[in-house]
Amino acid sequence: MSNRRIVPIGPYHPLQEEPEFFKLIVEGETVVDLEINLGYNHRGHEFVSPELTYDQIPFLVERICGICSNSHPLACVLAVEDCAGVKPPPRADYIRSTVHELERIHSHLLWVGLAGHFIGYNTVWMWAWRYREHILELFEMITGNRNHYAMNKPGGVRRDIKAEQIPQILAVMDVVDKKVMMLTKAVLDDPVIRSRLEGVGVLTREQAIAYSVTGPTARPSGVDIDVRRDDPHCAYDRVPWNVIVLNEGDVLAKAKARLLEIFESTRIIRACLKDLPEGPIESRIDEVPPGEGIGRTEAPRGEVFHYIRSDGTNRPLRHKVRAPSFMNIASNVVAVKGGSIADAALTLAAVDPCYCCTERMAAFEDGKLKLTGKDLLRLSWAKTERIRERL
Amino acid sequence: MKDPRIWGLKKSPWVYHVAAASCNNCDIEILELLTPRYDVERFGVVLVGSPRHADALLVTGVLNRKSLPRVLEVYEQTPKPCLVIGIGTCTCGKQIFRNSYNAVGPYDKHLPIHALVPGCPPKPEAMILGVVKALSKL
Repeated sequence: MSNRRIVPIGPYHPLQEEPEFFKLIVEGETVVDLEINLGYNHRGHEFVSPELTYDQIPFLVERICGICSNSHPLACVLAVEDCAGVKPPPRADYIRSTVHELERIHSHLLWVGLAGHFIGYNTVWMWAWRYREHILELFEMITGNRNHYAMNKPGGVRRDIKAEQIPQILAVMDVVDKKVMMLTKAVLDDPVIRSRLEGVGVLTREQAIAYSVTGPTARPSGVDIDVRRDDPHCAYDRVPWNVIVLNEGDVLAKAKARLLEIFESTRIIRACLKDLPEGPIESRIDEVPPGEGIGRTEAPRGEVFHYIRSDGTNRPLRHKVRAPSFMNIASNVVAVKGGSIADAALTLAAVDPCYCCTERMAAFEDGKLKLTGKDLLRLSWAKTERIRERL
Repeated sequence: MKDPRIWGLKKSPWVYHVAAASCNNCDIEILELLTPRYDVERFGVVLVGSPRHADALLVTGVLNRKSLPRVLEVYEQTPKPCLVIGIGTCTCGKQIFRNSYNAVGPYDKHLPIHALVPGCPPKPEAMILGVVKALSKL
């Protein structure tokens, strides 16, 4: 016990974009435990949501997270549609899938860039983000904004993809395919990057299932789940694509899975735009009857789950959100243990954590994931100690 | 001659990025400034890892109860004089989170703010303009 030390990371730390606080408990170079303290991003979405109408809520849930800013509104409108018993027209389904996959490409490229930054390969960062710019330009063309697209509304989508935009989107898809292939080869062939990522932060299949991780954190560990296939929505059951499942579970597998998913995404987008059906882009929702609705979709980080309870008015009675990072962050505790401090930052980042997604769930748990009254008391004492030391 | 500290502040401002309950979007767009498309490093704007090295703080988000003391601490650690620039509509007020129990913004109630860049998120060009305007006011 005597040589245990605490390495604090955060809440404001050059490694992370978002405020969150990790306590790495180390013995020498080896990480033996991890404490996670979240809540710096909590804004109370679930509290604000019932005060807004169903048409306004997509704008709110969009602002849960700036990177998954299509997944949350999509899951939310799927929940409202489930409750109202309305199906969007086919054209809306295809447009939704297209925008959703564009978001996945930009999110995965963002992660690849940040992972490169974390291991000291700033070139990878600059490259990946440069190719990401093409996607953001597409977003600006289709939706009018680089981020926060406001594409989804209950019953359909707000904006159409025009015929003259399709060749431009397809041209960018070709560029993305080519550049990501180059990036994949560069990342996977580089012996230094390989040895930094291989065998680091391994999450076994059993651990992945035990921690209920989702998305590109679960699939590289051999867990074959994907909401797009398991619970078909939008156009995912009408276009051909594959679920990428790998077995190694280390950071290299997570990087590989994400890079390979980009190719699947471009495939989906091409198929969607090729088969884009004619017709209206929204169906009318006259009222949302009393009842419940569930919407789930595969965000770039895993499964997003929205629950709406309606009392027949134009506002929900309860709106519950569960973001993928909520489960994925918890798995950090096992993935980071036994590794060295130098690998910890990379392992923590490997699940592509999105704290602003998760915050609204964990905020008042103040830190450790399972808090008992005793833990709270201990935390309170520790805080007093810290303040005393500072004064 | 003017205060040499102000004169020094105007050249190559080093910025530190403080996310206080933001949705990550402004933060990503701030990083976007450093990547090849916008590349503000050619103007000497460098994102630094410690507030103690910073000339300007870029704050984002609505500011919540838990992040407020941390943001104030970061502000105290920044050598004065320093610029505080709010990025995003959230920093201008509480906006869509005005009914939230956890939002304690706006920033100017807690910190001296030199410029606010509205937009959700503001385009990188707008952020550059915000920094330029804040610097030209000095």
